Amino acid sequence: MSKARRNPVNMIAAHAILITYTLIALFPVFVILINSFKNRKSIFREPLALPDADSFSLVGYQTVLKQGDFFLYFQNSMIVTVVSLFLVLLFGAMAAFALAEYRFKGNTLMGLYLALGIMIPIRIGTVAILEMMVQTGLVNTLWALILVYTAQGLPLAVFILSEFMRQVSDDLKDAGRIDGLSEYTIFFRLVLPLVRPAMATVAVFNMIPIWNDLWFPLILAPAEESKTLTLGSQVFIGQFVTDWNAVLSALSMAILPVMILYVIFSRQLIRGITSGAVK
Amino acid sequence: MAKRQAIRWHIAVFLAPAVLVYTAVMIYPLFNTMRLALFAEIDHQRVYVGLRNFSTLFGQAVWSDAFWNALGNNFWFFLIHMLVQNPIGIALAAILSHKRLRFAAFYRSAIFIPAILSFVIVGFAWKLILSPIWGIAPSMLDAVGLKSLFAPWLGKEEYALTTLALISVWQFVGIPMMLIYAALLQIPEEVLEAGECDGITGMSAFWKIKLPLILPSIGIISVLTFVGNFNAFDLIYSAQGALAGPNFSTDILGTFMYRTFFGFQLQLGDPHMGSAIATAMFAIILIGVCIYLFGIQTRMRRYQF
Repeated sequence: MSKARRNPVNMIAAHAILITYTLIALFPVFVILINSFKNRKSIFREPLALPDADSFSLVGYQTVLKQGDFFLYFQNSMIVTVVSLFLVLLFGAMAAFALAEYRFKGNTLMGLYLALGIMIPIRIGTVAILEMMVQTGLVNTLWALILVYTAQGLPLAVFILSEFMRQVSDDLKDAGRIDGLSEYTIFFRLVLPLVRPAMATVAVFNMIPIWNDLWFPLILAPAEESKTLTLGSQVFIGQFVTDWNAVLSALSMAILPVMILYVIFSRQLIRGITSGAVK
Repeated sequence: MAKRQAIRWHIAVFLAPAVLVYTAVMIYPLFNTMRLALFAEIDHQRVYVGLRNFSTLFGQAVWSDAFWNALGNNFWFFLIHMLVQNPIGIALAAILSHKRLRFAAFYRSAIFIPAILSFVIVGFAWKLILSPIWGIAPSMLDAVGLKSLFAPWLGKEEYALTTLALISVWQFVGIPMMLIYAALLQIPEEVLEAGECDGITGMSAFWKIKLPLILPSIGIISVLTFVGNFNAFDLIYSAQGALAGPNFSTDILGTFMYRTFFGFQLQLGDPHMGSAIATAMFAIILIGVCIYLFGIQTRMRRYQF
């Protein structure tokens, strides 16, 4: 071991840089959160002070809960995210299994076709997507969003999952076939449980972009009853822009669900990225 | 053996849902958008006009000025990401990958947090912090004696785009950091030790051994940044609105397409011109991805350990 890699001065410098950057990364979130619990006067007088007995106030949250239908928005976001993830995983795993397991004409071509969407953003096709949703009557329903996010998530899901499915042992599947299991049973009973870690990685990668998307909710489902939390808070903040208490509270309420998701899934997410799932 | 010749329906069943949804909602609309770019609405009727939308887009000053403005802004936006976000991400990853560093997991998770927040939160949070009314930014600059540097950055034409690009850098620095970190962890210890035997340590080990080995990851990050930046929209829309003010100085292709296709204030939405812009964006992204795939990726050396 060399001295250079054990040098304590280097270590202190490393910590100093990382702490500084961590503060930069967290500071805005922190400022928003603490000020959402203060009354209007203290927000302006001492923006960096923690709320105390004098300045504590929930007036912003009261406005938000009275004026905005945040529970509905939250529910919409939840439905869209969960259903889209379920469909991405189910359809993606099925297609990945077909590509990884069977040799058939056009296998490579099909793989390439499905992989196209990894690099091409689905937003380019928005004009035609909107037209299609209007024609099918899906506009302003959650199904429009679910379909779009499913299509958007599939290419990467198929790509990652088929890499993992190639590693599942052939002996296991052949043993299943000798025992008379159908191809469907082999897929659902034998292969799916084995690629669960990869499925979790795909789910975590897709979850955050779907939850946070503003573009498609704005264009495909802007109606009050189909607003997602991201669009709902955007519209709310736009309307209440002078009511700082309400804006700060709305921001905090929008931060909360993703933070909870992140705390639950951050190990999975980081493991997914660092295991080289996206090479 | 006769069974082998039979059509294996299960393959079709496994493939069908994914292929159908993907084709119907992604690939077909993509081509349909390019087709719509060749039409125009005249007297409430959709009429085929060939390339006229494109000649309007590039030929009429009102349109072409807006287009080149958005494209130029988009390149500046991308350039700042490449020059600021990716080097900071690489530097942080290099520090984090240090073998004996404590709390590495904590730093990693904390620095990644902005990347999980929505653009709406990030846009408004920074708008509030940089706001001259609230005064967090000026009072913090005052504390270090730099108050004279403060300006309402988001409101000035010459600073607004750069400020927004830096906000976006702040948000997404965690992504290159994670990817590079992953690549650095895969460099085997023996390679570094062999370098040490030859007297290559510390910074020179980074420049001479690690950096060449992580070049493929840097390539992937660059192309991801490119694609992400050239269809960006949400941050600008959240912070500056669809008009991408002040005076269109923060207009990028995403906001330009949104305004054209959806309409704003006095201008009516025009799906056909919107499609023409989308087609141009598609071409730009395709060129970028092709440069990466054929120009960079194939020339890059990959090392197997």
